[in-house]
Amino acid sequence: MQNSLDHLFPEQSGVITAIQASPELTRRMSALGLRPGRSVEVIRAAPWNGPLQIRVGHTDIMIRRSDAARIHVETDH
Amino acid sequence: MKRLALLGMPNTGKSTFFNRLTGAGARVGNWPGITVDLLSAKILLAGGMVEVIDLPGIYNLHGFSDDEHVVRHFLESQPLNGLVVILDATQLDRQLALLLQLRTLGLPLTLILNMSDEARQLGIHISRERLQQDLGMEVTLVSAKYGNGFGQARTALESLLNSATPARLASAEALQQDDSIEAELDRIIGETVTTPVTLPPNLTRRLDKIFLHPWLGLPLFFLSMFAMFQLVYGIGTPLQDGISWLLDRFQNHALNPWLHDAPLALRSFITDGLFNGIGTVLSFLPIIVVFFVFMSIVEDSGYLARAAWLMDALMARLGLDGRSFVMQLMGFGCNVPALMGTRVMRSRALRLLTMLVIPFSLCSARLQVFLFFSSAIFKPVAAASVMFGLYITSFLVAFLTALVWRGKFRNHEPLLLELPPYRFPTGRQMLAQAWQQSGHFLRGASGFIVAGVILVWALTHIPFDLPPASAGTLAGRLADWMRPVFSPLGIDRLLSITLLFGFVAKEVVIGALAVIYGAGENNLASLLAHQIDWVQAMSFMLFTLIYTPCLSTIAVLRQESKSTGFTVLAVLWPLSLAWLVSFIFYQTARWLGW
Repeated sequence: MQNSLDHLFPEQSGVITAIQASPELTRRMSALGLRPGRSVEVIRAAPWNGPLQIRVGHTDIMIRRSDAARIHVETDH
Repeated sequence: MKRLALLGMPNTGKSTFFNRLTGAGARVGNWPGITVDLLSAKILLAGGMVEVIDLPGIYNLHGFSDDEHVVRHFLESQPLNGLVVILDATQLDRQLALLLQLRTLGLPLTLILNMSDEARQLGIHISRERLQQDLGMEVTLVSAKYGNGFGQARTALESLLNSATPARLASAEALQQDDSIEAELDRIIGETVTTPVTLPPNLTRRLDKIFLHPWLGLPLFFLSMFAMFQLVYGIGTPLQDGISWLLDRFQNHALNPWLHDAPLALRSFITDGLFNGIGTVLSFLPIIVVFFVFMSIVEDSGYLARAAWLMDALMARLGLDGRSFVMQLMGFGCNVPALMGTRVMRSRALRLLTMLVIPFSLCSARLQVFLFFSSAIFKPVAAASVMFGLYITSFLVAFLTALVWRGKFRNHEPLLLELPPYRFPTGRQMLAQAWQQSGHFLRGASGFIVAGVILVWALTHIPFDLPPASAGTLAGRLADWMRPVFSPLGIDRLLSITLLFGFVAKEVVIGALAVIYGAGENNLASLLAHQIDWVQAMSFMLFTLIYTPCLSTIAVLRQESKSTGFTVLAVLWPLSLAWLVSFIFYQTARWLGW
C-alpha cells in the first residue's frame, strides 16, 4: 500500500518509493540514508504533533512531520 | 608548514579524534571569510611541524547548510597537503558516500573509521583490505574515545604527508560536480561490510523508551535540566566567590599598599578601572569551565538531540528548536556560557536568533538586584509575587523577541537531526571542551570587557576631585542629559546612573546604589523605601530585567556572532524593549492612580 511516511504508525515500516523534496532536503535525506529502495521504520512520535523518530539502517533520525510527508513509502498492509 | 584537515560527518567523533591527536594546544584560528570557529593545532608529525585543522562535520560536499558552505569555501581557498576523512564504522553504509564525493577533489586522502569498538559489538564486520583496494587509499580502524588503533592512525597520517605532493587547493570543478555515486556506494558496501540482519535490542533503545516516553519524556527532561542547572551553578558559584575573594585579598594586601603613594587618578584607574575589568573577566571562568564540562555530558551523550525532539512541537512555532530552549534555561544561571553553548546549533540563523533570546533569561546577577529591591520596597507576600512576575516577564519578552525576529533569522536548514546512540563521554573529552572554551573566552572577550569597564570607570570618576558618580561627574551630566528619556519611566537621575553601572555587571548594582545614595549597604534598603515608591521600583526592575544584562554578554555576543551589526542589534533591541515595557507599566500605573 502506498503511503507517506508521516501516516505510518509507530513500529510500522515501509520501503521508500519516492522522495519529493527540494534538492537541499533530498541531499540531506540521502546523506542520512533516506533514499528510494531503503527500508524505513517509524519508532515513535513526539507528543503534541511533534516530530517523528525514524530508523534507517543503523541510524535513528528526528524528522518533522511536514518533511516526513515528502517521503513516499510502500507498506505491507 | 604542511597542512592537514580533518573532515567527516557530524557525530563521528571527529573532534575526539582531533583532541587526541593534538593534545591541549588547539586554538580557534582566523580564516578569511569564515564565520564559524575552526580549531587548529600545530603538531610534530613525520619529522616536521604540521598544522591540523578540524573542519565542521558535513553530510554532503554539495549540500547547502552553513557548515557545508564553510567547508567548500575552506577547501577552495586554503591549500592542503592532505585530507583525513573520519567516518563512523557503524554507519559506513551511508557515510562512505561522503568519502566518494571527497575523492573527486583531487586531494590526497586517508580514511579513518572511528567507533570500530561499537561496530564490533554490533557484529558489523568490515574487510579493511578489500576496502583499501576498492578505494585506493589507506584505511585505519580506530576508537578515538579509547585510543585503540591510534598508533596506526598516526602512521597513516605520516605516510599521507610523506607521499603527498605540495599543498594544493581542491579542484574547483569537483566542488560543483553533482554526485552520481550511489551505485558505486552500494557496490563497495556490498563487497566490504557485513551486517547482521537484525541488530540486538541495545541500551540505546531501552533508554529511548524511557527518555522519549510520551508522558515521562518531558518531565524527565525538565528534571534533568533542573539537575544540570543545580550542579553547574552549585559548583560554579562557590568557585566564583572564591575567585572574587582572592581578587579582594590581592587588592587589599598587594595592590593598595603598592599604589599608596600614587596620584589619586592613577590609583583609581588601576584599582577601579583596570583591575576591576580583569576581575570581571576572571569571575566568569569557573562558570564557563563547569558549564562546558556538563554541556559535553549532555551533548556527547546524545541527550541534547533527544531534548530537541521532545521540545520541537513548541519551539518550532517560535522559529527555534529544543537546543535553543536548553541554552535559554541555562541562561537563568548566567547568560555568558549559555551564549557560548549556542555553537552546538549549526545553522547560523538559528544560532543568532537563539543568541538574541538568551539575554532575557533572568540570570543570578539580576536576581540579586531584584531580591534586594523587592524586599526593600514590598511586603514579603507581595515581594514573592513580584519575583514571580519578573520570571514570567523574562519568558514573555524572550518569546516575543523570537516571534518578532524569526522572519529575519529564518532557519533554512532542514531539521533532520541524527539521534546518535547514547554514549558516555570520557573525562578527557569533558576537560578538552572546558579548556578550549575558557581559553576561547579569554582570548575573544577579555579585551572588550576590560575596555568597557574602563569606559564606565572614566564616566563615573572624571573629574577626579568630585565623589564618584556624583552630579558633576561625566556620568552625572549624562544622567541630566538623559533625564527626558528616563523620567517618563519614573526612573530618577540617581537610578539612571545606577543603570549605567549595571551595564558593566548586575553584581555591582547594589554596591553602586549605596555609593550613589551615600548610604551604607545596611541603610540602603530603608533609604530606598523613602526615596522611591513601588511603581518606580517596579519600573526600574523591569528595565533592569530587559536591557543589556552585562558587558560580558555583549562581548560574548560579538565573539560568537563575529558580526558588529548583529551585536548592535542585540544591544539596541532589548534597550528599546526595556524602555517600552517600563514606559507602558509606569504610565498605566500612574494613570490608574497608583
